[in-house]
Formats: sequence, structure tokens, C-alpha cells
Amino acid sequence: MNTVESPSRRAAWRSRRNRWDVTLSPYAYISPFFILFGLVGLFPLAYTAWVSLHEWSLLGGGGDFVGLQNFADVLTRPGFWIALRNTVSIFLLSSVPQVIIALVLAAVLDRNLRAKTFWRMGVLLPYVVAPVAVVLIFNDLFGDRYGLVNTALQTIGLPAIGWHVDVIPSHIAIATMVNFRWTGYNTLVLLAAMQAIPRDYYEAAVLDGASRLRVFLSVTLPLLRPTLIFVIVTATIGGLQIFDEPRLFDQLGLGGPDKQWQTLTMYIWELGWQQRNFGRASAVAWLLFLIIVAAGIVNFALSRRISTTTSGVAATGRKGRRS
Amino acid sequence: MTTVNASPRRRGGSRALDSRPGFIVYGLLAAVLAGSAFPLWWSYLIGSSDAGAVNRGLIPVLPGGNFLANAAAVVDSIPFWKALLNSLIVSTSVAFSVVLFSTLAGYAFAKLRFRGRDGLLVFVVATMAVPTQLGVIPLFIVMSKLGWTGTLWAVIAPGLVTAFGVFWMTQYLRDALPNELIEAARIDGCSMIATFWHVGLPAARPAAAMLALFTFTATWTNFFWPLIVLDPDDPTLPVALQQLQAAYYVDYSLVLAGVVLSIIPLLLLFVLLGRQLVSGIMEGAVKG
Repeated sequence: MNTVESPSRRAAWRSRRNRWDVTLSPYAYISPFFILFGLVGLFPLAYTAWVSLHEWSLLGGGGDFVGLQNFADVLTRPGFWIALRNTVSIFLLSSVPQVIIALVLAAVLDRNLRAKTFWRMGVLLPYVVAPVAVVLIFNDLFGDRYGLVNTALQTIGLPAIGWHVDVIPSHIAIATMVNFRWTGYNTLVLLAAMQAIPRDYYEAAVLDGASRLRVFLSVTLPLLRPTLIFVIVTATIGGLQIFDEPRLFDQLGLGGPDKQWQTLTMYIWELGWQQRNFGRASAVAWLLFLIIVAAGIVNFALSRRISTTTSGVAATGRKGRRS
Repeated sequence: MTTVNASPRRRGGSRALDSRPGFIVYGLLAAVLAGSAFPLWWSYLIGSSDAGAVNRGLIPVLPGGNFLANAAAVVDSIPFWKALLNSLIVSTSVAFSVVLFSTLAGYAFAKLRFRGRDGLLVFVVATMAVPTQLGVIPLFIVMSKLGWTGTLWAVIAPGLVTAFGVFWMTQYLRDALPNELIEAARIDGCSMIATFWHVGLPAARPAAAMLALFTFTATWTNFFWPLIVLDPDDPTLPVALQQLQAAYYVDYSLVLAGVVLSIIPLLLLFVLLGRQLVSGIMEGAVKG
């Protein structure tokens, strides 16, 4: 009896173990991501809302529940609104020219060039320079007194610009740093999408007598839409959280004497780690979160409006066609 | 090059779009390249001249001979070596962890069947758009409670996984790994994890290398969170670097010598693997 039953029992046990292996393994493989992401990504974000409803100091920890008081405090002070203005202004000055220049460069790189890889590596070079290093270099170039840019301006008879004094010049200088680092990266993303466009489309347009510019506007640009939307959405999420460049634009790191270039993320940092008021800092973090979500929804809605067939592609990141 | 410039551009012809572009295009590209490289050249120019000349507003045309002296001064005035080591430890650990967990999850999403798979994958994609950086305040509170502030754990822990990594590996494995290979391994009696190890992991290698490269670069250049959570005496490289500028009197020959020193590691990486970086971004743009 034993000799007959034991192998079959063992076989049953083995098949059951195998079944568990098949059903449970996938969950085991994905769970590290979900557990860790929940712990270090989603939980802190949700907990920010909790902190924002309390009196909370850096050293003293959590205090009384104060409802929306922190939000009221933040929204009735000029600091928040100045930071919001600076953030939006720097964001527009960096993302709009960046996308346009990246488009033009990608169109140029899409030509039948010699030494393709060389040029592509050339535009990507700034990407390996850390933002901190970029700022330190450009701070010197944009120096108010002896900077190369002002020296050049004065040489050709123009007045020097107060890069670290006036609002718009400081935003332009900061946006230049962002553009320096990211234009090449976005160029390559757009170039990849351009190369996925079937060449027949171009030939058809050329046979119809379209000029190169006309082909670009009527064939290339519409087909790039999903990738363009992806580039714009990523630029929005990153751009609205900008910190490194404005923070290091001067030695003090508080956004200038009149907060000319203090952004919202810098404001969070100042409220939290300078004024040691975690409650208010969390309120600003949540407001910025809502602004970013709203910007994302606007982007999404616009893309849907423009073309219903491409919006799903834009939502799932970048799914391009490959010919 | 001369043949390129001399070749006629046939406008309107059916082959016009494939013709070799003229010197205007190459001129434009050369200008862009100069723009990309100039700031780096400039930092070497200033970083190798002596402080007195720079601060008198003189603009050097050629590199001076002071780079090593300036570099030595940089190493003296900020905790450079400690920061370099910290950056290496943090970036390597984060890259390793992201690649490991992303490959595991990506393999499951791309190749295994389980209940809730599609919904969870949509969730992963959606979280790519969540600005998790805004959770810094609770993250800091938790790190202080754990006693991790000032240690490298505080910088490594939040970077252990990324939604982008999972998405990237899923996209890659879906096309690159034939289902037949997995079935064959299963029929040969491999357990699920052995199948992953012998079939999934080798197939994932090219995309994993790319993901490692990008994660390493992103972690290496990170500034915001390390600035908040690390001690100024025991920082990562970007945090140490900005200390050169924090003094009341800014000596740019010193600052830019520091910049040059800090750029060298990633520049080496770029020289060795720049071609792969380019194709990585372009692959990701089409497929990922």
C-alpha cells in the first residue's frame, strides 16, 4: 500500500506546488515595485495632505488639527503668488523655445546626413552635465558685472543687463540653463518619432509639388503629435517643479532679494527648512500638486480635442509607429 | 565634405528629400555643437586661469596653467573625495535596485498571465505622471523617525523603484522575448523563478543596461533631496559642488575647476557609452 500511495501523493503535492508557483509567482515579481513605490512614492504624497491640515514644525513634530488654516495663510500671503508667477514664467520661457528648437533640430538631423551619430551625440552632450554644474557655469556667464554675456553686449554697444536684479532677465537666464540641458534630449525623442514616419508619405507630398517647409508643416508635424504631446507633458511635470537652477542662481538660494526668481518648490523648501513650518510647506506642496494635475488634464483634454485617435497613445507614454 | 557642398540640391525632384544636405545644414549643426560644448570649454578656460585675472574681469582666450592648483584647492575646500564616493555608492545601488525590480515586474507584466494584470499596468503608467517629489515633507519626517537623515540610506531608499523602469522593461520584454522560449523552459521542468533566471533575465539584458545607464545618470545629478537630507560634511557630489559657490566671496576660477572635476566621471561615461545613450533615448521614444 505504502509503496503505491506514496509516489502518487508526492505527485499530487508536486502538482499542487506547481499550481501555486504559477498563480503566485507573478504577484511575487510585481510586489517589490508596488510595496516600495507605495512606501516611498504614494504614501508620502497622501501624508502631505494630512500634514497640511495640522500645525506641524520641523523640530516639534505634529500639533493641533487646524483645518484649512495653513492653506488660508499661504494663499493670503504674497510669497505664494510671487512664486507661482515665477514658476509659470520660467516654465513658459524654458518649455516653449525648447520644444520649438528641438523640433527644428530634429528636422535637420532627420536629413540624410553624414556622420549621423556624431551630430546626435553632439546635441546630447549637455545632458550629462548635472544641473548644479550647469548653473555654476551659466552663473559666471550671466554675471552682472564681468560676465561674458554682459561684456559681449557692451562690446557691441548695448547696455549691460541686470541678470540677477530684474525679474524677466533672471527668468531668461534660468530658462537658458534648463534649455541648455534638455533641448538635445527632446531633439532625439522627436527625431526618433520623425524617423518612424514612412518615407512614402514624403514622396507623395513631394510629387504633389510641396516645398520642404510645406512637407514639414503638413506631413511631419501632424504625425508627430503624440510624441510632441508626450514631450510637452513631461516638460510640464518637470518644469513646474523646477528647483536646482533657481536655487543656485545666487549664493543665498532664496530666490533673490525681492524673491524675483523664487519658484514654488523653492518656496516649499524655504517654508519647511528655513521657517521650519511643515504645515504650510505641505499646503504649498499640495497646491503645486493640484496645479500639476490640472496642467496634465488640460494637456490631455487638448490632445483629445485635437485628435481622438492619438490621445490614447499620448496617455500611455510614447507608443509610436515603426516602419 | 567638399563633394557634399558641391552636390546640387534637386528641389522638387522625387529624390529631393533624400539628397545630401548642403553646407547651411552642416553650418547650423556645427553652431549647435559649439553651443553644446562651449560652456564646458568655458569652465575649463576659467578653471585653469588664476583667480586674480578672472576677478579683474579679464576674459581668457586660452587655458591657463593653473588647473591642477585650482583643483587641489577645490579638493581642500569641499569634501570632494567623500562626495565622489557617496555619489558612486548611491547611484550604483539605485541603478542596481531599479533594474532588478523593474526587470522582475516587467517580466511578469509582459509574459505572465495573472488576474488584475492589465489594471495594474495602467496604474503603473498613470503613476509615471505623479510628481512624487512633492512628498518630500513626510519623507523627511519618516527618515528622521528612522534615524536615517545624514546617511546614504535616506538617499537610496526613495530611489529603489521607478514606474518608468517597470514600463520600460515591460515594453521591451513584450517584443524581445518569445513565449515559446518560456514554454520550453517550463516543459523542461524549470520552476517559475528558474525560468525567469535562465530565459527572462538574459533576454532583458540590453534594455536593462540602458535602464541602468539612465538611472545612474539621473541619480548622479540629483540635487533637491540629497540637499535636504544629507549633512553638508558628508554629501553627494552636486551638494558638495554648490558649496563652492556658497561662500560670500565667489572665486569663479575655483568654482569652475570644481565643475570640471565633477563633470569628468559622467563625461567619461558619455565618451564610452554616448552612442548607446543616443540609441536608448531614441528606442525609448518609439517603443517605450
